[in-house]
Amino acid sequence: MRELTYRDALNEAIAEEMVRDPNVFLMGEEVGYYQGAYKVTRGLIEKFGPERVIDTPIAESGFAGVGVGAAMTGLRPIIEFMTWNFSFVAIDQIINSAAKMLQMSAGQFKIPIVFRGPNATARQVGSQHSHSVDAVYANFPGLYVVYPSTARDAKGLLKMAIRDDNPVVFLEGETLYGQKGEVPDADADEVIEFGKARIAREGKDVTVVTWGRPYVGVLEVAHELEAEGISCEVIDPRTLRPLDHGTIIESVKKTNRCVVVHEHWPYGGPGAEIVDRVQREAFDHLDSPVLRATNLDVPMPYAVGLENEVIVSKDRIKQTILKSLYKS
Amino acid sequence: MSEELLAHYRQMQLIRRVEEEAARAYLAGKIGGFLHLYIGQEAVAVGSESAIRKTDWMIQTYRDHGHALVRGTSARAIMAELFGKDTGVSRGLGGSMHMFDAEHRFLGGHGIVGGHIALGSGAAFRCKYLKTEEVVLCFFGDGATPIGGFHEGLTLAAIWKLPIVFVCENNHYSMGTPMERTNPTSDVTLKGAGYGMATDRFEGHDVEVVVERMKAAVARARRGEGPTLVEILTYRFRGHSMSDPGKYRTADEVEEMKRTRDPVKIARERLLARGVAEEALATIDAAIEAEVADAVAFAESAPPATAEQMRQTVLAPSVAYPPRFDGAHAPFTVDAAPQADAQQGGR
Repeated sequence: MRELTYRDALNEAIAEEMVRDPNVFLMGEEVGYYQGAYKVTRGLIEKFGPERVIDTPIAESGFAGVGVGAAMTGLRPIIEFMTWNFSFVAIDQIINSAAKMLQMSAGQFKIPIVFRGPNATARQVGSQHSHSVDAVYANFPGLYVVYPSTARDAKGLLKMAIRDDNPVVFLEGETLYGQKGEVPDADADEVIEFGKARIAREGKDVTVVTWGRPYVGVLEVAHELEAEGISCEVIDPRTLRPLDHGTIIESVKKTNRCVVVHEHWPYGGPGAEIVDRVQREAFDHLDSPVLRATNLDVPMPYAVGLENEVIVSKDRIKQTILKSLYKS
Repeated sequence: MSEELLAHYRQMQLIRRVEEEAARAYLAGKIGGFLHLYIGQEAVAVGSESAIRKTDWMIQTYRDHGHALVRGTSARAIMAELFGKDTGVSRGLGGSMHMFDAEHRFLGGHGIVGGHIALGSGAAFRCKYLKTEEVVLCFFGDGATPIGGFHEGLTLAAIWKLPIVFVCENNHYSMGTPMERTNPTSDVTLKGAGYGMATDRFEGHDVEVVVERMKAAVARARRGEGPTLVEILTYRFRGHSMSDPGKYRTADEVEEMKRTRDPVKIARERLLARGVAEEALATIDAAIEAEVADAVAFAESAPPATAEQMRQTVLAPSVAYPPRFDGAHAPFTVDAAPQADAQQGGR
């Protein structure tokens, strides 16, 4: 094992899969000569050439559609959105073309494509660049929605996404790119299966389900609460569709309490979906209502003070956990 | 050239008769949803198919029965699809707007106007990436030319010199709105100039004209000289779909077009003028009648689309990760709970 940043883990996953399969190619804005807007694709054009690392104009709908057409006919595209905010002008291709094609064609046309890019809030980038799109894409059958929270998961899940025969919405936490973590050596070829949650920390008093940016804060809060005699079990679903609700339910049956922490807005989405499943499948095991700590239900403001209030904070996470334990 | 024109006549007549019978079945309540008929425009699909190879590709918007037929999909498979049957070309999961035929390299009928144009560019990207000599024909209506998908699809194809021909079937109406109210110019090919793209523009009621003009555009694509935007002026004799009362155009206009620009009639009269016997055409027509009657009977008696096929095609089985997912694929195992709810009538 060695330490890698989340960013470099993604870079390795792409490079390894491009070596393994000549039909894998990468396409997006500034992915080539510019080395990637967030440097995830650094060095790839030198390694694989401009035929396989393709700079596009600013035309998300166009190049997302080109990706789907190429996937229909046998290639395995990786389509980078400079940020997932920009995917909204390409959503027709992701939903109407990629997600529905297999069924519309009765299984004749598979769409082995990965749409990937940075997701959710960063730092003061304003309303139109701070969207966490997991709630949007997780609604659609025909897609996988993957959201790694660690460097190791980022690499293993991206390799899985590239090898899978289905369209994958691959969400990278924009604030996680610089996070370091242990990653197996390249020759380990670790591929992480979809639909398998990871227990990030074992505990007995409350189950906390989280992913993306708040994952880091939740682990810090869990550490702090340990000193206060509260033991948190932290579960990272890793994929939001399919959702490994079994692991979550088993944990809740043990802890009898559940808190869900996420960045997407509180109205609907995977956060609400998890709450729904827990109350239905573990109702008799619950000692308190299932609670959520989320970003506030407003478009993201620019001013730093307001932004800090809107993004789900460590304090809000902690207070929510305490509330589920009837300690606040 | 009578031989080739006879074959074209046969195909055009087959498209027309399949669709006339589909319209009849629709009115009898045997076909649901939308049914967009191609009647009047047959020369475009037939002539275009004649200009390409079987190893080339075709992608079309939702008015797709004729294109599937010329690619090689059987009348049976098309009619069964319209009837929502398991033996349909998309096994009853697609319907009128979503005929797909991988075996015949038909990349489908697509229901979001302009959405499939970049898909065509993507298929052409694949042809270039794999260094094949294949080309893609991408069809759409005049109504698709104002939308962003058109511009982005053409831009990328032009930048990368992809082997594709964009075919605008200009039938003069964007659903019920005439072209002068949907486009700033009456000439779609003017838009090609913005992409530095070769263009061609002609009337497409005469199938022989379509063949010759399309061959030139296809050859350009195959030589690696990039895409062409071809505008083919045509006319649909029926409404936009079966629910269209057609009040946006006069009966006189439609009658005049049928009288002077019916591609089936034009081909038939030319064949007779070239000395083909009336009996020879009658024999072809009788064979088509039998084929269409057989297709309807086949569709009527076919088993309905199945829930099993529906479930199996939400996601493809995982081939990426050993061991494979157990049994039914993830969404129907991991996500079993909401499925059960849906059967109970929702949450």
